[in-house]
Amino acid sequence: MQTTETARPRTALFVTCLVDLFRPSVGFAAVKLLEAAGCEVHVPVSQTCCGQPAWNSGDRADTRAIAEQVIIAFEKFDYVVAPSGSCAGMLKKHYPEVFAGDPAWQARATAFAGKVSELVSFLADEMGMAAVEATCPAKATYHDSCSGLRELGVRDQPRRLLASVKGLKLAEMKEADVCCGFGGTFAVKYPEISNAIVGEKAANVEAARPDLLLAGDLGCLMNMAGKLKRQGSAIEVRHVAEVLAGMTDAPPIGEGRR
Amino acid sequence: MEVRSPQFRQSAAAALDDARLQGALRQVRSRFIDKRAKGVASLPEFEALRENARAIKNHVLERLDLYLEAYEERVTAQGGHVHWARDASEARGIVLDLCRKANARVVTKGKSMISEEIGLNAFLERHGVAPVETDLGEYIIQLRGEHPSHIIAPAVHLNIGQVRDSFRAAHTHLPPDRAMEAPESLLAEARGVLREKFLSADVGITGANFLIAETGTSVIVTNEGNGDLTQLLPRIHIVLASIEKIVPTLDDMSQIMRLLARSATGQEMSVYTTLSTGPRRRGDLDGPEQYHVVLLDNGRSNMVGTEFQDMLRCIRCGACMNHCPVYQAVGGHAYGWVYPGPMGAVLTPTLVGVDKAGHLPNASTFCGRCESVCPMKIPLPKMMRHWREREFERHLVPADFRRGLKLWAWFARRPFLYRVFAGLGMTVLGLAGRRRGRFARLPLAAGWTAHRDLPAPQGGTFIGQWKRRRGAGR
Amino acid sequence: MSGRDDILRRIRASLGSGDGEAGRAQAVARRLKRHPRGIIPDTGADTGADTVARFVDKARAAAATVETVRSANVGKAIVDFLRAHNLPQRLRAGADERLRRIAWPKGGEPEILAGASDGDDVTGLSHAFAGVGETGTLVLLSGADNPSTVNFLPENHIVIVDAADIAADYETVWTRLRRRFGASKMPRTVNLVTGPSRSADIEQTLIMGAHGPVRLHVIVVTG
Repeated sequence: MQTTETARPRTALFVTCLVDLFRPSVGFAAVKLLEAAGCEVHVPVSQTCCGQPAWNSGDRADTRAIAEQVIIAFEKFDYVVAPSGSCAGMLKKHYPEVFAGDPAWQARATAFAGKVSELVSFLADEMGMAAVEATCPAKATYHDSCSGLRELGVRDQPRRLLASVKGLKLAEMKEADVCCGFGGTFAVKYPEISNAIVGEKAANVEAARPDLLLAGDLGCLMNMAGKLKRQGSAIEVRHVAEVLAGMTDAPPIGEGRR
Repeated sequence: MEVRSPQFRQSAAAALDDARLQGALRQVRSRFIDKRAKGVASLPEFEALRENARAIKNHVLERLDLYLEAYEERVTAQGGHVHWARDASEARGIVLDLCRKANARVVTKGKSMISEEIGLNAFLERHGVAPVETDLGEYIIQLRGEHPSHIIAPAVHLNIGQVRDSFRAAHTHLPPDRAMEAPESLLAEARGVLREKFLSADVGITGANFLIAETGTSVIVTNEGNGDLTQLLPRIHIVLASIEKIVPTLDDMSQIMRLLARSATGQEMSVYTTLSTGPRRRGDLDGPEQYHVVLLDNGRSNMVGTEFQDMLRCIRCGACMNHCPVYQAVGGHAYGWVYPGPMGAVLTPTLVGVDKAGHLPNASTFCGRCESVCPMKIPLPKMMRHWREREFERHLVPADFRRGLKLWAWFARRPFLYRVFAGLGMTVLGLAGRRRGRFARLPLAAGWTAHRDLPAPQGGTFIGQWKRRRGAGR
Repeated sequence: MSGRDDILRRIRASLGSGDGEAGRAQAVARRLKRHPRGIIPDTGADTGADTVARFVDKARAAAATVETVRSANVGKAIVDFLRAHNLPQRLRAGADERLRRIAWPKGGEPEILAGASDGDDVTGLSHAFAGVGETGTLVLLSGADNPSTVNFLPENHIVIVDAADIAADYETVWTRLRRRFGASKMPRTVNLVTGPSRSADIEQTLIMGAHGPVRLHVIVVTG
C-alpha cells in the first residue's frame, strides 16, 4: 500500500554556501516552502559549495572535483532545489560542460542537471504552487538576479507568488533586470567597478520607494544591502523565500538584532 | 595603437571619476537600450532570424577557405583586386603601396574598425598621406587625437561642448563668432568641411559589413552617407575587411542585415546599405576606376576550429557593450585597445595576447545580458571564461587570488573540515556583527568594505543547525 | 608562401580539413547556386496585404516624404515639390528613359542637367530599380541612367519608383537582379536607401542631413 509519505517527491535542498554560512534562515524558509508544496525534503549534510568560484576563475580541475562530489551526494533524489538562480544555474547549465570530454561523467552530469531547479520557479512550475500562506504588510520591489533570469527563466514566478502574499504590494523598479554588480569574484577583483554598478542599482531601488527589497540570490542581496546600508537607507533587504514562507522574524540582511 | 589593456584597473578608476564621461555614458544606458528594444519588438521573426543568422555564419566558418576563394574569384572576374594580409603590418603596407601608386595625398575614410585594428591612420600620416575620417563621430575623435570608445558610436564618450571646442580649434577658416549652439550647426559645419575633402581625395577607404561570395560584393551600412561619398568620388576605392566578413549569398546577407540595424541603433534598416562590386563599368559616369579589397587575417585563421570560433560570427553591432554594466560604468577607452565591451573582452586577447589583455575577460560580472542581446547568439560569457581558463593554466592570475581560491577549493572538497572551520568562523563573525548586523570594515574584505558594508552572518551554519534540529526532532 | 596561400593553409589546418573535402566544396557550390531564401518576415503580402501601402508607411517612418501619383502627373508632382520647398526649378538626372518620358506641365518644365553630379546641384532626380515594402527602402542601381552621385551629393533627392516595382522583401529584388544581370553578376553599385541622411554621433541626438541628402522625396507611380 502506498502511503502519502512515499508519494511525495524526494527533494534535496542544495542550500548554497552563502545561505549556509551567512543566512541559515533562508534555508529554513526554503524547507518550509518545499514541504508546503508537498515535497519530502532532504538535506545532504556533506554539501559545501557548487564550485562556481573555481569555474568562473578558470580553475577546471577544482571545479570538476567539487562537481563530482555534488553529483554523487545529490543524484539519487527526484529533485535538487537551490534557493539561488546562480548556484542552480551552475548545477543545471554548467555541470554538463564541466565534464566535456568525459562522456560517462558528462552523461551523469546531464542526467543530474535535469533534476535541478531554482527554488521559486520549482515551486511554481514543477509543484504547481499558485499562492502562499503568508502575510507581509509592506511595499516591496524585486530584483531579477542575472543567472536566474537569463539562464533559468526566473521572472514571473516570484512575482506571481509574491502577489499572493497578504498585505504585500509589489512596486517595480527601473532596470530590475540589470546586474547589481556582484558577479561573485568580480566584486572582489574589481571593487570600484562593482561599486559603481551597485550604486546605480541602489539608486533604482531607492527611486521605487519600497519598504523592502527582495531577490532570489543571497550574493546579490548582500551586495545591494551592503550598499544601501552604507548609504544609510532604511529599506529592508530579504531573500524572497523568507517572505514567501512567512518567516520574517530574523533581522533583515545587514541589520542587527533589535 | 598602443595596447593599454594592462592598465585596465587604473583606466577604469579614472573613468569612474570622470564626471563628464559618466554623463555621456548615462545616455548609452538609456537610449541605445530603449531603441534596440523597440527595433526588436517590431519584428516577430527576430528570434528565428537570430537562429538562422547563427547557422549561416557557422556554415561559412566551417568552409571559410572555400568561400574566400569563391569570393576572390568573383571580385577578380568583375575587375576588382583582392589583396591578402596575414597581419596588421602587411595590411598597412598594401594600403600605403596603393596610395603611393596613385600619388595620393589625401585619403578619405569611411568608418572601419579594421583600420583602427591595424593602426592605419598613424601609419599613413608617418608616410606623408593624410587620412581624413568622414563619419561624424570618427571625424570628431580624429580632430581630438583620440580613438573610438564604441564600435558604432565612436564619440559616444564626448558631450556637445567638447565637440564644439574641437571644431572651434580645428576650423580656423570659419568666423570665430559663428553660431555653434545647436548640434545641427555642428553637423552642417562638418558637412561643409568634409564635402571639400570628399571631392579632392585621391583614394577612399571603407570597411565592409559583409563580403558576398556569390557576387564578389562588399557591403557597407551607414546612416550619414559618408561611406558612399568615400567610395564613390575618389579614383581608387580600397575596402578593408577581415576574413570572417564573408557570407555566401545576397539572401544570406539579407538575413543578417535584418538583425544588424535593429541590434545597433534600433532602426529597422540603416539609411544607406550599399553593395559595391568592382570598379567603374563601361558607360558609368561616376565611381572609382580601381576597386581593391584588403582581406585581413591578423590571427583569425587561428581562431577557426577553437573554442573562440563563435566570436567570428560577430557583426559589430555594439549591442553587447550597450547592455554591459561594466561598459556602462567605465566606457570604451578603459578597455585599452580597439574593441571594448564584451566582444572586446573576447576578441582583444586573441589579437594582442591574453598576457596583455588578461583583465578584459575578467572584468565581467557574467550577468549574461550581452549574450542575451547578441544578434548572432555568441556565447560571450562562456568565451570570457575560456580566457580565464587559459590564464589560470598559464599562471597569469594574481598569486594571492590564486592561493585564496586554491585554499577555498581545498576546504570545499573536504566537507568535514569545511564544516568545522565554517561553523567556527561564522559563529565568531556572527557574534562580532550581532548588534549592528553588518561590518563597515573587515580584514581580508577591504575591497568590499571600501564601498559597502558587509552583512554579518546570522551565526552558525544552516547545515549545523539542520543537523541539530533533525537530530533532536526525528 | 604568399599571404593568400598562407592564410588559406592556416584556415584549413585549423579546420582540420582533409576528410570530407569534396563534401565541403559541394556544400559551398550548392549554396552559391541555390541561394536559399531563409526566413522572410511576414509582411502579409502573401495574403493580399498592400505592399505599396506598407512601403509608403515605412518610408515615411524613415523620414522620407512620399506621394503617390498617376504617371501623367509625375512632372507636376516634381515641379510642385520644388516650388513648395523654394528650390530652383533645376534637376540633376541621368539618362534613364523613364525620366525622359516624364510629361511636364505646360511651360513649367524644370531645367535638367544631364549626367553625374559634381556637388554643385541642389536637387537630384533618380528612377529607382525597385522598392522594398518591408522597410520602405529604395533600390537604386549605378550606371549612366542613374549615376550614383545623384543619390548622394545634392541636398534634395527626388526618387521615382513604379508601384509595380515595389516588392515585399529584399529577396524578391535579388531575384529580379539576377534575372536582369545574370547569375552572380551585379551592377557596380546597388544603393539601398531608407530615408534621408542623418547622424546621431553628437550625444546620440538624431540630426537629419549628414553627408547625403537632407530631403528624400519619393514619388510612387501607379498606372
